[in-house]
Amino acid sequence: MAKTNKKTEAEQPVQPAKASGLFEYAPAPESPAAAGEIATSYGHFIGGRFVDSSGSEALKTVNPATEQVLAEFAQGTEEDVDRAVQAARKAFADWSSLPGSERAKYLFRIARIVQERSRELAVLESIDNGKPIRETRDVDLPLVAAHFFYYAGWADKLDFAGFGPNPRPLGVAAQVIPWNFPLLMLAWKVAPALATGNTVVLKPAETTPLTALRFAEICRQAGLPDGVVNIVTGDGRTGAALTAHPDVNKVAFTGSTPVGRSIAKQLAGTRKKLSLELGGKAANIVFDDAPLDQAVEGIVNGIFFNQGHVCCAGSRLLVQESVQDELLDALKRRMGTLRVGDPLDKNTDIGAINSAAQLARITELAAAGEQEGAERWAPECELPGAGYWFRPTLFTGVSQAHRIAREEIFGPVLSVLTFRTPAEAVEKANNTPYGLSAGIWTEKGSRILWMANRLRAGVVWANTFNKFDPTSPFGGYKESGYGREGGRHGLEPYLNVEALDV
Amino acid sequence: MSEQTVRLDIFKTYKLYVGGKFPRSESGRVYEVQDPKGQWLANAPLGTRKDTRDAVLAARAAVKGWSGTTAYNRGQVLYRVAEMLQGRREQFVAEVAAAEGLGAKKAATLVDAAIDRWVWYAGWTDKVAQVAGGANPVAGPFFNLSTPEPTGVVGVVAPQAGHGFSLLGLVSVVAPAIATGNTVVVALAERAPLPALSLGEVLATSDVPGGVVNLISGRTADIAPTLASHQDVNALDLAGAIDRDGPGAAAALEASAADTLKRVVRPAADPSAEDWTAAPGTRRLLSFLETKTVWHPMGI
Repeated sequence: MAKTNKKTEAEQPVQPAKASGLFEYAPAPESPAAAGEIATSYGHFIGGRFVDSSGSEALKTVNPATEQVLAEFAQGTEEDVDRAVQAARKAFADWSSLPGSERAKYLFRIARIVQERSRELAVLESIDNGKPIRETRDVDLPLVAAHFFYYAGWADKLDFAGFGPNPRPLGVAAQVIPWNFPLLMLAWKVAPALATGNTVVLKPAETTPLTALRFAEICRQAGLPDGVVNIVTGDGRTGAALTAHPDVNKVAFTGSTPVGRSIAKQLAGTRKKLSLELGGKAANIVFDDAPLDQAVEGIVNGIFFNQGHVCCAGSRLLVQESVQDELLDALKRRMGTLRVGDPLDKNTDIGAINSAAQLARITELAAAGEQEGAERWAPECELPGAGYWFRPTLFTGVSQAHRIAREEIFGPVLSVLTFRTPAEAVEKANNTPYGLSAGIWTEKGSRILWMANRLRAGVVWANTFNKFDPTSPFGGYKESGYGREGGRHGLEPYLNVEALDV
Repeated sequence: MSEQTVRLDIFKTYKLYVGGKFPRSESGRVYEVQDPKGQWLANAPLGTRKDTRDAVLAARAAVKGWSGTTAYNRGQVLYRVAEMLQGRREQFVAEVAAAEGLGAKKAATLVDAAIDRWVWYAGWTDKVAQVAGGANPVAGPFFNLSTPEPTGVVGVVAPQAGHGFSLLGLVSVVAPAIATGNTVVVALAERAPLPALSLGEVLATSDVPGGVVNLISGRTADIAPTLASHQDVNALDLAGAIDRDGPGAAAALEASAADTLKRVVRPAADPSAEDWTAAPGTRRLLSFLETKTVWHPMGI
């Protein structure tokens, strides 16, 4: 018998009507203390313990919302990298010969500890990266745990993954990750590598090393054998030393296309296996029959999620001419309600730009947009005094030749172009050397499939955008890289499938 | 005046195969092809960088049509190639024997294997999507499907060594690439291009659309680097990159390919030890595919 509560409706508080249409929100800050103790300086995590660098150079990581220094960390030297690779090599024999079911248990343990410590990690990530706590809490951390949980289950099922019987790991994997989703990118790299029996040396980005270093503690709590995961911090020099190290068997890189290109060149003539997840300039295509309110939400999520620091961001809006005005009015209205500010405030939609360098790049490209004749618009909103900030911005009157339509801005800047026919939309969407993602908004199913078939992109979101899942392969066409992360496909970059084939 | 009793054979003028046509090289030049003992076999066109670029244009133009055909249709076309090759078996036995310095019996085994390899890949065209793709059980109300799609234009450095390289080896690298809807430009084995050039005649009569396979004989050191650096080539199969150094060496080609982030299949550790009669597996079939994942919300 279901009980009915007749009082419910009457007890609903009446929402005060607001003339402005924009509700005032009281600050709802998450406590920075929840991030746990941040050490004043960090060394590398090699062979199961924290060690000092062989060099004396230290870098600083700052909170991009305040510009305050959070911690110092070591600039990894070639010698540090070599020690880490040796530790990973030493650990490889035992780790790769462990029964898959036992490897799986370590990964399940890691997944569980990440879940247990997810508030701590979310706050730490927001502080170090500048992204809103709402996103680290609701997107990054749940996906990190899910990713480890997913690949844990593969560790003892590799025989059935479609790569032939008893597929073997490659050996030591060198992994270099970006700053936009620090812990999530770590999970995307480390989970499949360990599940398949490889050991890893991972270099986090130089502006966001803290959650990776905290992850080292999680590895220790999980009892992961020494040397299976090694973390060496530093900037691009450390990364180059790691990817060039002669004793690594696999290189996985997520970052910019120019760096990916140089790594591919560096590895030419070696037998190292390479996977690359690089830049993008995704088209988000809105047809005149699209549900416009949903499309507006999708456009906002597509370009302003994570301050636009997303390789698959929907940074080119292609709107069908007949609904351009209607859509842009609605989009501007919605952009006016976005809250830019303190990443630790639970109401914040757009946090801080990750670094001064990135802010400078966004500022430069936006200025180029104006110089080349596109029309710039951003809602009025106050920005905090300290820290790195950029208002959500859109450009109309953008042509395909404009830099803001061609180059990856990696910030909250949307370029709006128009089209008349589906064929024209396809032509414009594909007119880029990138091919990571695309979006389609229309109520007509056959048109979605027709478009999806023709878009040269690794992920196509139809009537949605920026959705991620550990079971769903992610990766690019063309100069957005090669190899896939996630799903069954994500195992292949870490397995010696050539040996099986011959 | 004695009556002639011996009939003079008709020699064949070997030509390139580009865009479904049989042009001579734009250079107007040929080079001598000899058997392994140094005996002259024929003159082959000396294909140039320009010939290679023309071939890439033809291959690019053919991508839309070929990748847009149904997998069933592509299977039928590949099977048709096997039929045509079967019909010209004796010719290829002679050419392979001469190219690789083999007896007729061994050469016949290799030609038969080449025919069978077309049949193997003909059967793959409409199965690979199910093997390489599938539904992804995401944690949310979404339809989510991954499908393999062809990479586009593939530059192929044809095998130049190893048992069966001249025809079976060539088929083993060309057929998997086109089975999945790619088009190819092939730098043929420099010293043994004749069976391959004749294969062009088979392809031209097998319903393979013009431009899907383009065959260029000439210096590997000219043709392969042109493919590796070409902005409109998406992938590179270095099966026959046997040079140790110079512009045609695998490392140099791979480094050049990195500029446009081409997908690269490296040569075997020792290409001259490669046995092309070995079961092909799926590696090459899966190498020139891109995985596309489509999401759509579920709801009413």
